[in-house]
Amino acid sequence: MELTGAEILIRCLQEEQVEYVFGYPGGAVLFIYDELFKQDKVKHVLVRHEQAAVHAADGYARSSDKVGVALVTSGPGLTNAVTGIATAYMDSTPMVVISGQVPTGAIGEDAFQEVDAVGITRPCVKHNFLVKDVKDIASTIKKAFYLAKSGRPGPVLVDIPKDVSNHRTNFEYPASVTIRSYHPAGKGDSGQIGRAAQMLLEAKRPMIYAGGGVVLSDASAQLTDLVRLLDFPCNNTLMGLGGFPASDKHFVGMLGMHGTYEANMAMQHCDVLLAVGARFDDRVIGNVEHFAEVPRKIIHIDIDPSSIAKRVKVDLPIVGDVKLVLDELLEVLRGNVQRPGAADMAAWWKQVNEWRAVGGGLRYKNSSEIIKPQFVIEKLHEITGGDAFITTDVGQHQMWTAQYYKFDKPRRWVTSGGLGTMGFGLPAAMGVQMVNPGATVACVTGEGSIQMNIQELSTCKQFRLPIKIVALNNGYLGMVRQWQEFFHCNRYSETYMNALPDFVKLAEAYGHVGMRIEKPADVEPALKEAFARKHDLVFMDFRTDPTENVYPMVPGGRGLSEIILAEEL
Amino acid sequence: MRHIISLLMENEAGALSRVAGLFSARGYNIESLSVAPTEDPTLSRMTIVTSGSDAIIEQINKQLNKLVDVAAMIDLSEGEHLERELMLVKVRAEGDAREELKHMADAFHGRIIDATDHTYTIELTGSCAELDSLLEKIGRDLILETVRTGASGIGRGERILKL
Repeated sequence: MELTGAEILIRCLQEEQVEYVFGYPGGAVLFIYDELFKQDKVKHVLVRHEQAAVHAADGYARSSDKVGVALVTSGPGLTNAVTGIATAYMDSTPMVVISGQVPTGAIGEDAFQEVDAVGITRPCVKHNFLVKDVKDIASTIKKAFYLAKSGRPGPVLVDIPKDVSNHRTNFEYPASVTIRSYHPAGKGDSGQIGRAAQMLLEAKRPMIYAGGGVVLSDASAQLTDLVRLLDFPCNNTLMGLGGFPASDKHFVGMLGMHGTYEANMAMQHCDVLLAVGARFDDRVIGNVEHFAEVPRKIIHIDIDPSSIAKRVKVDLPIVGDVKLVLDELLEVLRGNVQRPGAADMAAWWKQVNEWRAVGGGLRYKNSSEIIKPQFVIEKLHEITGGDAFITTDVGQHQMWTAQYYKFDKPRRWVTSGGLGTMGFGLPAAMGVQMVNPGATVACVTGEGSIQMNIQELSTCKQFRLPIKIVALNNGYLGMVRQWQEFFHCNRYSETYMNALPDFVKLAEAYGHVGMRIEKPADVEPALKEAFARKHDLVFMDFRTDPTENVYPMVPGGRGLSEIILAEEL
Repeated sequence: MRHIISLLMENEAGALSRVAGLFSARGYNIESLSVAPTEDPTLSRMTIVTSGSDAIIEQINKQLNKLVDVAAMIDLSEGEHLERELMLVKVRAEGDAREELKHMADAFHGRIIDATDHTYTIELTGSCAELDSLLEKIGRDLILETVRTGASGIGRGERILKL
């Protein structure tokens, strides 16, 4: 029997076991929405803005091992989705975005709601397709899911013209897919892995630097085994948090611009560095020349060859899936009686612990008068037992959450690291809650970021998502304000958030619970009360100290050891 | 350093833009780029002439390889290879210059493929340097139009780029 393109698309999504599609209807996707209506296997989550659809699909994917799916219409539907797609691309989220397009005959004629979707998204997708023939829909969707999930994951866009979604053909979903020009890496080179093992065993000042690739590859167990087996210090990038348990004694914290003193100093002064699924980006190692001043051997494991030797010289590259490479590396090390030199290791740990003492880990001066944002996050960690799914927006609150919410498990931490997209947190939390029903989900945000996708409070009401919004409201675009204080002589250009809404009333207007917390003594009771409300979305408006800054800080363009600690200012 | 990269890619709409977009987005140089389908109509062969430090060339190779539409590639300049470019140059050919231009074309093994009372159109195939050299000999005063295809390259002997 012949099916329409729209029917075929929905059947493909069913074949891929897609449970939720986050989307927004429109003219070019009318046939697709009609088919969604006729079935109940694939459920649709109606967002209030297409950007939120893509962030929700992103949160859905990051907090599970599934591919996120978003569906948007042509023209503005697609352009609104672009920020979400770019966010997913920078953080390597497996995602399929389906966009409607004007009918094939109208393409290129500047038709109503026409935009070159494939052209606009080309630089921020892993791959994209324009489906011109209904016969190609099934194979294209199969390829899209395969590309999104395999190798280094990423978003894949499938653009479907309206007429194609209404043409008919026979449906057969391909059982398998091969793309002759695409060969994602699998196992690493055994010779290289053997050499890496030897290099690690001979290290005097070793460091393991682990990024988001560990989480994406589901290799946390392997990484943890490796660190404990070798007794090496380990740090995490922002994206890697939860990939190694923060409560483990080997953990020296997050590194980078707002990383701990010990993580940054150990990174700078190690003699053998094992980089695992991380990419040495500018927020992580700061100034490349400064980083290169200390000679060290670098072993770099990554599934994407282009991540290796992009910013720093690498002595031993290993291209492969992090989990498979670590499995093999562990096997080699377990089969070898040699262990790192005890005296060298003792001296190195002594040094690392001295850095820990100097930096004092993470420190802030608490107050009984005014709420310190760090205090809120510490209490949040305590009250949720460190076991919540946490999404964030972007800025100071994001860094404080990364620093003070000690993640012990992977996929609990959902943040826009690469693109740094304000407005990510709330819609991402929706996706997280959909795929983890019953779990505690909190969105830590600021009064600036939350207003970038505040309309999603309506979606949360419709789908009864009991997300806890922890807004650290200091009345400023805090991170920009901090840079203006440090580097622009306190000229707070356009960072004061004037005319803020009453967030309590706003939450209530959307049918949720709102709370305003103004005193440090009220922080803990408020959090307890909010998290006890299992079925309600609670918007907590914490009025925090507007002068608080994020420390430590490696100023932009500086080296890791040129770190500013809180007490130096 | 100058590099000549050859690649086989899916002969699909948009594949060329993916390559061109990659170069502009990441700030890499393109000196020339030529592309056409191969004996297998589903594949196109592209030759890119670029330049950069070793680190940049390494990244260019890796980034090109990462494109889903790129099926195979080779940096021809890493080994023995041949390189040819086609040029059509129209020149002002009057009086004494006519004879001189004819000699020049002959000396470069070029051909005059169109002649009028006032103009010649010379066809020349050769390395990019040979083409540059002829243009320099003729001089900008006499040149009316220059059309070049950009380099095409192929490995010598058994050095083959094929799927």
